Amino acid sequence: MIELVVDTVSWILIVGGSLFVVVGGIGALRMPDLFTRMHAASVTDSLAPILILSGLMLQSGLNLYTVKLFAILLFLLLSGPAASNALASAALLSGREETKPTQETQE
Amino acid sequence: MIAVFSIFLLSLLVITAGAVIRASNLFVAVMLMGIFSLLIAVNFFLLDAADVALTEAAVGAGISTVLFLGALSVLDGTEKPRFSGRKTALVSILIAGLAMGYATLYEPSFGDPSAPAHQHLTPWFMQTTAEQVDIPNVITAILGSFRGYDTLGEVFVVLVAGIGVLFLLGNQSGAQPNSARASSESLKHYLIPRMVGRLLIPFIILFGLYVQFHGEYGPGGGFQAGALIAAGMILYTLLEGQDRALAVLTPKFLRVLMASGALLYAGVGVVGLLKGGYFLDYSVLAENPVTAQQIGIITIELGVGMTVTGVLLSIFHAFAARGKQA
Repeated sequence: MIELVVDTVSWILIVGGSLFVVVGGIGALRMPDLFTRMHAASVTDSLAPILILSGLMLQSGLNLYTVKLFAILLFLLLSGPAASNALASAALLSGREETKPTQETQE
Repeated sequence: MIAVFSIFLLSLLVITAGAVIRASNLFVAVMLMGIFSLLIAVNFFLLDAADVALTEAAVGAGISTVLFLGALSVLDGTEKPRFSGRKTALVSILIAGLAMGYATLYEPSFGDPSAPAHQHLTPWFMQTTAEQVDIPNVITAILGSFRGYDTLGEVFVVLVAGIGVLFLLGNQSGAQPNSARASSESLKHYLIPRMVGRLLIPFIILFGLYVQFHGEYGPGGGFQAGALIAAGMILYTLLEGQDRALAVLTPKFLRVLMASGALLYAGVGVVGLLKGGYFLDYSVLAENPVTAQQIGIITIELGVGMTVTGVLLSIFHAFAARGKQA
């Protein structure tokens, strides 16, 4: 019974996380300019790993793998947003301050 | 399931390779090469080659990308158009590709237990490792002990490559770095990346040491560890600027490190000779031949790690200093 619950919850988490990855990918392709694209892509950096890795942690049970998965999650949660921040400031510095939605969407 | 994954990943590999060829912006091409390396690392992992996957991910996707970017900072960012000799290249690649495709028809299929490799070599390695070396990761035993000559050669190839790059780019004695410029080139003024990076660097280096000294028990070893530690130090350079990174690990220290790693490896072989064994035969290093093998493997892995760290960091600093001059 408990196994069934754990399996169900972990599959919901993993599938949900995968959906967010797909959504992030679509957003990165469809959004008009760099900053909105980053906004979409950062979903795959932050929300998706939380869901997928917690699903995997539920699957692995309580052992060393869980600790490793947790370490990976922590690493991703620290490095992903920091990388997004670095990318955004680099984009700002290189003169992409203005977003021109009308022009870009017409393309 | 694995087959579906493999086909998916291999198709992605072909698409990425095509995109690399088509990209005329070299920055885009470098990024795509990183993706290519990550994909092939996942492929290696699916084929149960965790050691190779780790190397490919650390060196191919990590360090090479950084080195390419360092080279790009010296170069013009776009590919020069070139039209001569394209047909010859295309024809020769087509012929070579078809020949290789034809050759694979005669290969045993993946995982085939009756393949020659699984009939003679693999059982021998599995059995002899358990008897003579007694470490869980057979790959480390093969690389470090049974094929110690090959790995010694690889280490010297890495060393020679590093020396070559240093000869071409490394003469920075005349260049006095301008402190104001140097500080603007690092990420010193970006609080978030700097803080997160500072938090991560010790763990990256700790993980590198884990991979270094855990190579007998799990995937890993000197090559991967060297690349990881070098990646940690490169991150430090990006965050704090090259001057401070060079103050931590001076160019002279790096040069000594890369030479002494190779020397340590070869020295283990010479000690074996002096103790009455063969070159790179570790079993004479201690009373108990099994312990001696383990000591030998750990020592040469340390040598590999030292050389790889030294060479990668020297090459990175050479490129970075060159970009600053230009």
